[in-house]
Amino acid sequence: MNYETVIGLEVHVQIKTASKMFTRVAAGYGQPENTLTNPVVLALPGALPVLNKAAIDAIIKTGLMLDCQIAHVTRWDRKNYFYPDSPKNYQITQFEQPVCLGGAVEIELPGASLAVMGEHKSIPLTRIHLEEDVGKLNHGLTDSLVDYNRAGTPLMEIVTDPAIKSADEAFAFLTSLRTSLVYAGISDCDMEKGQMRCDANISIRPVGETKLGTKVELKNLNSISYVRDGILTEIKRQINVATSGGTITQETRLYDGESGRSASMRSKEMAHDYRYFPDPDLMPVRIDEPWKNRLRAELPERPFVKQRRFLELLALPYSSASVLIRDRALSDYFESAVNLGAKPTLAANWIVNDLLRDLAAAGQSLTESKVTPAHIAGLVALLDQGVVSSNQAKEVFSEMFKSGEQPAGVVDRKGLRQSTDSGQLEGWCDAAIAGDPRSVEQVKSGNPKAINALKGAVMKLSAGKANPKLVDEILKKRLGI
Amino acid sequence: MSSELFYQTISSLAAQLAAKKLTAVELMQAVIARTKAVDGRVQAFNSYDEADALAQAAASDTRRAAGQARGPLDGIPIGLKDVIAVAGQPLTASSKMLANFVSPYDATVTRKLKEQAGAVVWGRLNCDEFAMGSSNENSAFRPVSNPWDLTRVPGGSSGGSAAALAAGAAIATLGSDTGGSIRQPAALCGTVGLKPTYGLISRYGLIAFASSLDQIGPFARTVEDAAIVLGAIAGHDPLDSTSFNAPVPDYRSDLAAKKGPWKLGIPKEYFAEGLDPEVGAAVEAAIAYYKKQGCEIKEVSLTNTQSCLDTYYIIATAEASSNLARYDGIRYGHRSKSATDAIDIYAKSRAEGFGAEVKRRIILGTYVLSSGYYDAYYLRAQKVRTLIRQDFLNAYKEVDALLTPTSPIPAFKIGEKSDPLALYLCDIYTIGVNLAGLPAMSVPCGFTKSGLPIGLQLIGQPFQEANLMAIARSYEQAHDWHSKHPVL
Repeated sequence: MNYETVIGLEVHVQIKTASKMFTRVAAGYGQPENTLTNPVVLALPGALPVLNKAAIDAIIKTGLMLDCQIAHVTRWDRKNYFYPDSPKNYQITQFEQPVCLGGAVEIELPGASLAVMGEHKSIPLTRIHLEEDVGKLNHGLTDSLVDYNRAGTPLMEIVTDPAIKSADEAFAFLTSLRTSLVYAGISDCDMEKGQMRCDANISIRPVGETKLGTKVELKNLNSISYVRDGILTEIKRQINVATSGGTITQETRLYDGESGRSASMRSKEMAHDYRYFPDPDLMPVRIDEPWKNRLRAELPERPFVKQRRFLELLALPYSSASVLIRDRALSDYFESAVNLGAKPTLAANWIVNDLLRDLAAAGQSLTESKVTPAHIAGLVALLDQGVVSSNQAKEVFSEMFKSGEQPAGVVDRKGLRQSTDSGQLEGWCDAAIAGDPRSVEQVKSGNPKAINALKGAVMKLSAGKANPKLVDEILKKRLGI
Repeated sequence: MSSELFYQTISSLAAQLAAKKLTAVELMQAVIARTKAVDGRVQAFNSYDEADALAQAAASDTRRAAGQARGPLDGIPIGLKDVIAVAGQPLTASSKMLANFVSPYDATVTRKLKEQAGAVVWGRLNCDEFAMGSSNENSAFRPVSNPWDLTRVPGGSSGGSAAALAAGAAIATLGSDTGGSIRQPAALCGTVGLKPTYGLISRYGLIAFASSLDQIGPFARTVEDAAIVLGAIAGHDPLDSTSFNAPVPDYRSDLAAKKGPWKLGIPKEYFAEGLDPEVGAAVEAAIAYYKKQGCEIKEVSLTNTQSCLDTYYIIATAEASSNLARYDGIRYGHRSKSATDAIDIYAKSRAEGFGAEVKRRIILGTYVLSSGYYDAYYLRAQKVRTLIRQDFLNAYKEVDALLTPTSPIPAFKIGEKSDPLALYLCDIYTIGVNLAGLPAMSVPCGFTKSGLPIGLQLIGQPFQEANLMAIARSYEQAHDWHSKHPVL
C-alpha cells in the first residue's frame, strides 16, 4: 500500500523587543542567570502583567505580511499547568480570540539544480497568537536549576493547517517563514538560540483516503535540518508500524537530533487539561484600521515578490536572484548598486560570486565590507564601458576589497586602464604579426583560430592593457579576413 | 470624641501636626503603646516594626520642620492588611505558605502612601488566609478578636484592619474587598469601610485572590478620613492594566460641596429572610433619617440577587485557583522538607502550606474551569454576572444610591459557625457589589442591645465615590455612633 503524509507545524518565534511581553524588564539572550527578572517575571505575590505594545505591533505586522485576518478585538487567556519553568504556573496566551486567523506562507521547493527554480506553493495557516515564553531548566545530576531570563519573552505561535505533504515542504516552509520574519525585523529566528522552535504533527494515510490518520506530535526539532530529518524518521516509523499490522497511537514524541531517533514522551491519556479562561488581569485589545495602516506602511517587500521582480524586471538569472533575496540587507545592497547605475546582471554577478566569496573567506559580514554598492556600481561601469578588461576588473575588485579604495582610483594608481589608442594598438598588432609568421600563415590558409596566438602576443606586448575587441578588429583587417 | 491621640481622626491629628502641637513621633509612640497594650487580646497584627515606623515618623517631622509636609496624611500611622506589599516587610497573607516571605517591593498603594502622602506605613494586619473568609478565623496564625467583644469575630477577611482601627492601634487602615472583606468587618467593628469602584485603586502589589473582584480600600473613623485616604491611594497606575485612567477628584472638598436631597433606593431582596431584627431596625431608622432630610426613598428590585452567591463562588474560586498556583515552593514560600522532586514539591508544599478554606476554594475553582464543566459553570457565571451588573445599572436610572444592611447579622462568636456555607451567607449583601464592580461603603448605624456595632451599607454608581461619601457623611454628621469606642 502507498501512503501519503500530512503534516501540520506549530512554530514558536521569539519576537525581538527591548523588553518582555508583560513587564518592563529587558528581554535578551546570554545574560547571567536570573538577571533579566523582576517581581512580574518571578511571579512574586501581588505582581501584575501589563502588555508590551511593541509585541502586538510585531504580530500584527506578521499577520499583515502573511495575509491573515487581523482580529478587531483580541483577548488574553490563562493556560494553567504546573512546571518549574513557568513562574506563575500558568502561561498568558491567546486561546479564543488570537490576533491572527488564516493567512498563508508561500514556499519554494528545491529545483532540479541550483540554477533552476523549483515549484512554488502556498501553505495555509490556521492562526497566529501571542504568548509569553517560559524559563529554562538546567538539569544537574541531583538537582535542577531554573533560569528565568527567558521567561516572559514575547513569543508568537504560528500554526499551519494540516496541509504540508513532505519533509521538504516543511523545510521550505520554515525557511520561507524565517526569511519573511527576519526581513520585517520581527525576529532573528536563530534556532540555536531558541528564537525559533518547531513542533510537527505528523500522520500518514493510504493514498486516496480523505480522513486524517492518527497524529503524532514530534517535539524538540531544534534546527531546520532536524525538522526535516525528524519528520522523515517519523514518517518511516509510522509506515513501518502500519505495514507490520500495528496501530499508530496518538502521542507526543521527543526527537533526538544526534541519534536521529525519537521516543514517546506522553500519550493522549496523559494530555493536560489546561483549564483555559480569560485572564482577568489584562484588558482586551482593540485593533483599528489606522493602527493596521501604520504598520502596513512599515512592511518590507515580501521576499518572493522581490524574487519575481528581480527575475522579470531586472532579468537576473535564478541562481543570482535566489541568493540575493535570502538576505534583505544583501538584496538592499544589490538594489543600491543598481540605483547607482550598475547593470543589474553584472552587479548581481559581482555580489553573488565575488563579494560573498571574499566576505566568507575573510569571515566578514556585509556590514563590515569595505566594498560598498558605490564600489560595485563603479566597477561595473568601468567594465561595461571597456575601460578595464574582465581580468583587470578582478584585480580591481580584490584591491578595493582589501583597501576600500574606489575602483577608478585603483585603475589609475595601478595603470590598469585598457588602451584604446589606435596608433598604439596598431603598433602592438604589427609587432605581433611580424613576430609570428607561422600563425599568420595558418590564418591565411584557412584556420581562423590561429588568430588567438596573435591576440595573446598583443596582450603580452601591451601588458594586458590592449582592448581585446579593438585588437580583434585591427588584426582581422591586417590579415584580410 | 475621645481625647486619646490613638482614637482621634486623621483630620483632627493633621491639624495638630500642622499647628506643631504634636509631632509624628509622639503620635507614633502613642499608637505603638496602645498596640502593645491591646494587641495581646485583639491579635489584629501579624507583625509590626517599631523601629521602622518611628524612623518614618521622624522623617515626617523633619519634612514638616523644613516646610515640606506632604498633606493631611503626613505622619499619620496607617496599618496595612497583610496582603499588600511593603518593601522590606513580611507579606504573609496570614498563610503558612508565606510565613517567612519578605516583599522586595512596594505595592502601588504603599508607594503612594509613603512617597506622595508621607504617611507612616504601620504594621502587617491579620486577615483570613489569602483574604478568603468572613470571620478572620481562617488566619493560619491566630484568629482576630472583635474589640467590642473579645469572644466574637471581627468579620473578615480584613478583620485585622477593622479591629486594629477600632482598638486604636492605627489611625486608619487599608484592607481589600473581594466579596465584602472591607465592608463586613467595618460593620462588625463599628468603623467606616469603603470598597471603591473596581479599577479606581491599583492592585499592583496586592496579593491576588480573585483579580476581577479584588479592590483595595480604606477603613477610617469618619467618612472624611476615608475620603482623605482614598484621595491618596486612588488613580491610574501603569503597572495595573485594569486600573482606570481618569483624574482623581478632590474627595475631601467634594464632601462639603455635594449636598442632598438624594434619591435613594431600597433593594427589596436585601430585606428578606435571614436578616437579624436588630440590624433590620437600625437600617430602617437610617432610612427614616434620609426620608426626614427630604430624600426620595424608592423600593427597587435587584432581580438576580439570589444568584449572587453562586455566581461569586464560581468566578472567585476559578480565578483564585489560577492566582494561587504561583505558591509552589519553587521560588519562594513554604517548601516541604520531605519533597523529593518537582511534582512532589508542589503537592507537599501546597498540602502543608495552605489551610482548609484555601484548599476548598482552589479545588472548587479547578473543578469549574475543567474541560467539560467550563461552559456550564464559569461561562454561565460570567453571563449571570452581566445580568447582576445590569440590575444595579437599571436601578441607577431611578436612584442615586442604594441603602442596605452591610451584614445580615452582627458579630458572632469565634467558633460559632463551622459550616462554610453558613459563613458564605454572611456576604449576601456585599458580594453583588463586587460582581458589579461598584463602589460601596459601610458606616456605623447603631448597636445591638448587647453592644455590638451595626453597619449601614451605601452602594453608589461607578466612579461616583464623592457622591457616595457625601450621602454617608450626611448620616454620620447627624449621629454619633462613629465616635464611640470599645472598652479595652
